[in-house]
Amino acid sequence: MDTMEKKKLIYLDNNATTPCDPRVVEAMLPYFTEKFGNAASRSHEFGWVAEEAVDYAREQVAALIETDAREVIFTSGATESDNLALKGAFEMYARKGKHIITVKTEHKAVLDSCRRIEKMGGEVTYLDVDHQGMIDLEALEAAIRPDTIMVAVMWANNETGVIQPMKEIGEICARHGVLFFSDATQAVGKIPVKPKEVGVHLMAMSAHKMYGPKGVGALFVNRKAPRVKVTAQMDGGGHERGMRSGTLNVPGIVGFGQAAEIARKEMAEEAQRLSRLRDRLEQGLLKLEETYVNGNPDSRMPHVTNISFKHVEGEGLMMTFNKEIAVSSGSACTSASLEPSYVLIAMGLGDDLAHSSIRFSLGRFTTEEEVDYAIEAVSKGVNHMRELSPIWEMYKEGINLEEVEWSEH
Amino acid sequence: MAYSEKVLDHFNNPRNVGTLDKSKKNVGTGLVGAPECGDVMRLQIEVDEETGIIKDAKFKTFGCGSAIASSSLATEWLKGKPIEEALEIDNMAIVEELELPPVKIHCSVLAEDAIKAAIEDYKKKNGQA
Repeated sequence: MDTMEKKKLIYLDNNATTPCDPRVVEAMLPYFTEKFGNAASRSHEFGWVAEEAVDYAREQVAALIETDAREVIFTSGATESDNLALKGAFEMYARKGKHIITVKTEHKAVLDSCRRIEKMGGEVTYLDVDHQGMIDLEALEAAIRPDTIMVAVMWANNETGVIQPMKEIGEICARHGVLFFSDATQAVGKIPVKPKEVGVHLMAMSAHKMYGPKGVGALFVNRKAPRVKVTAQMDGGGHERGMRSGTLNVPGIVGFGQAAEIARKEMAEEAQRLSRLRDRLEQGLLKLEETYVNGNPDSRMPHVTNISFKHVEGEGLMMTFNKEIAVSSGSACTSASLEPSYVLIAMGLGDDLAHSSIRFSLGRFTTEEEVDYAIEAVSKGVNHMRELSPIWEMYKEGINLEEVEWSEH
Repeated sequence: MAYSEKVLDHFNNPRNVGTLDKSKKNVGTGLVGAPECGDVMRLQIEVDEETGIIKDAKFKTFGCGSAIASSSLATEWLKGKPIEEALEIDNMAIVEELELPPVKIHCSVLAEDAIKAAIEDYKKKNGQA
């Protein structure tokens, strides 16, 4: 135990947030103090300096996703971008229709925006996914109606890392003349994300998932063929081409830009390194009995793995190693309803496997040593929890757990 | 969410983990909860047939830290108690002892249910139910 306690806490929860890259912080610092101007101040040097910095960052972000800088609308983060894209398009295109198609495994910012749209009189279709987390393209196409204004499908899932067939979805949307919006928060900066190449018209992103600061994100809005517009969701000074009012977060935007530039240059190498580490982690953990990877192994992010350790409850398992390793669990045992991850449930995992899942998300600063340590600590935790688990004992005795009469509560 | 020191203590050093021979007449077993709900508790008691006192108690639990701590604490409280007195153990006593937050009260309820189920099983086996 002594050697364990000396180690620092290992961070394997990079899908929740990433640390700021020191190079990002360095770029931001002057914009808090000497270059503090308001980018909307047109009458003096302070404002011009700030505006110039914002313009440069806009170019950096646009270069990462290969769009025009004028198509990048800065926001406070991906949640705001999701809200703006969905509600803003719903308002802007009200004359065309009121129907939106999305997927059951989307982020809450998308799903809850859709719920709001339903309350505002809209209609939303929630597509199913298969057991690997992929949508069915035929079901998508069949769901499109004459009054469908938008299809909203995330680029990569936050819990499983599963990547949807963006190009194919884009083709379907183009064929039917509907807008294609994607929450690409988990994908941008980690894999090549080029909205124009796959026919995405609106795309949400966030700086803090790619080694930039929290509190800043962007919405890509396609400018030509088709020219897309969304109705602003906040009233004010008409910043960001009238789509997002509010004084620009200059230091945050500068940091986002710097993070984008670093990602553009280092992404290929980093993805390769992380996918090797992820595979090492996965192979190490899969040596444990009754352990399963959730999500399509052939179409997922390089740095994520979501694993179910059968007959062990995720939150309890995390407690065995949360002094050493920071991860997150698909099981939320904090509410009276004890609801496990809706993403895993939508994939058709039984509640028992969903309650047993842990998400490991590696990042730029993860080392091989940390991965090896995590394999050891997690394996130890799983074995400990299984010794404590009555259902593991029953399973080992050959009892068919499906036939046990449980007392539901 | 931070756990109380007491929960952490029971979680890190669970008392009385194990299995009693359920074929024995003086062993009562309570199995409550469901894997789908995220927690299953199995609590067993071994009763001294002459005195009616619980001489041993064991548990195994699938669940979060609070569920494990609740059942571990329950076995500690059961040992040495006459069964009639054990029936009076109330979930709120577990909540207080372990300082469980409101979202974890169900863990204590489950522990109380497990105690009652184990005693009921013992009584059934011995024609007392």
